[in-house]
Amino acid sequence: MKILVTALGTACLILSASIAGAADKPTDPQIAHIAYSAGVIDVEAAKLALSKTKNADIAAFAQSMQKDHEAVNDMALALVKKLNVTPQDNATSQALAKAAEEKRAELGKLDGAAFDKAYIDNEIAYHSQVNGALETLLIPSAENAELKGLLETGLKLFQGHQQHAEHVAAALQ
Amino acid sequence: MTRNLLNRRQLLITGAAVLSGHTLVRAHNGTVHVTIDKLAFLPAEIQIKAGETVEWTNKDRFAHTATVKGGWDVLIPPGKTATHVATVDDTVDYYCRFHPNMKGRIVISA
Repeated sequence: MKILVTALGTACLILSASIAGAADKPTDPQIAHIAYSAGVIDVEAAKLALSKTKNADIAAFAQSMQKDHEAVNDMALALVKKLNVTPQDNATSQALAKAAEEKRAELGKLDGAAFDKAYIDNEIAYHSQVNGALETLLIPSAENAELKGLLETGLKLFQGHQQHAEHVAAALQ
Repeated sequence: MTRNLLNRRQLLITGAAVLSGHTLVRAHNGTVHVTIDKLAFLPAEIQIKAGETVEWTNKDRFAHTATVKGGWDVLIPPGKTATHVATVDDTVDYYCRFHPNMKGRIVISA
């Protein structure tokens, strides 16, 4: 467990560094890509959890993550279409995808209570990391007012998810 | 015509006063309306009498709840409304179970 938490911490550090360092100020098409990718990653994590967990609270949390992130990504797709913006792949999106793939592989090896704990701990860490990126980099860098508005709604949503995950984690103990 | 304009102006002034001059929203026809928009309960605090109804309208694309810790729980699906009939002991803080950063308060008035 300790090893997993340490690995998670390291992944977060690498990711934070790459978010901060990949581009000093991402463009709107890059921001849209990063935000969308971050949502897809959490939907994938939720699907994995739903296929593995037998805990009702974890399943309810994962269902909520899947629905919310799919809904906000639908809103993002509608907005980029309206603005005629093509989301642009970038180093931050790639770093996010790579870290998520590693995490999925790690979680895939776990079962039962060990999986539940690792999944919910990762949800706390992941949302905290994405919220940090939204607050310090993505929202301040967004130039289009509607994109900025959607990111701000996203931040409130993901802050809610982080607190929800913290409640679920506390109840697991 | 002049009379119509005057009436309209009076209406506008009345409307503006209703919008600006209060902190608590009171029941109208026995129902207090709370809008949920962009992960916020609006207004966050309402005043209501026991037996009257709180109606939440969820304008978000996300499911929300109005949940009282150790008490009642109302699910408010995306784009839908849901209600709760207030009881005498309903002076409560409530929150959304899915997004606990969303907080509201109900005050029961005599």
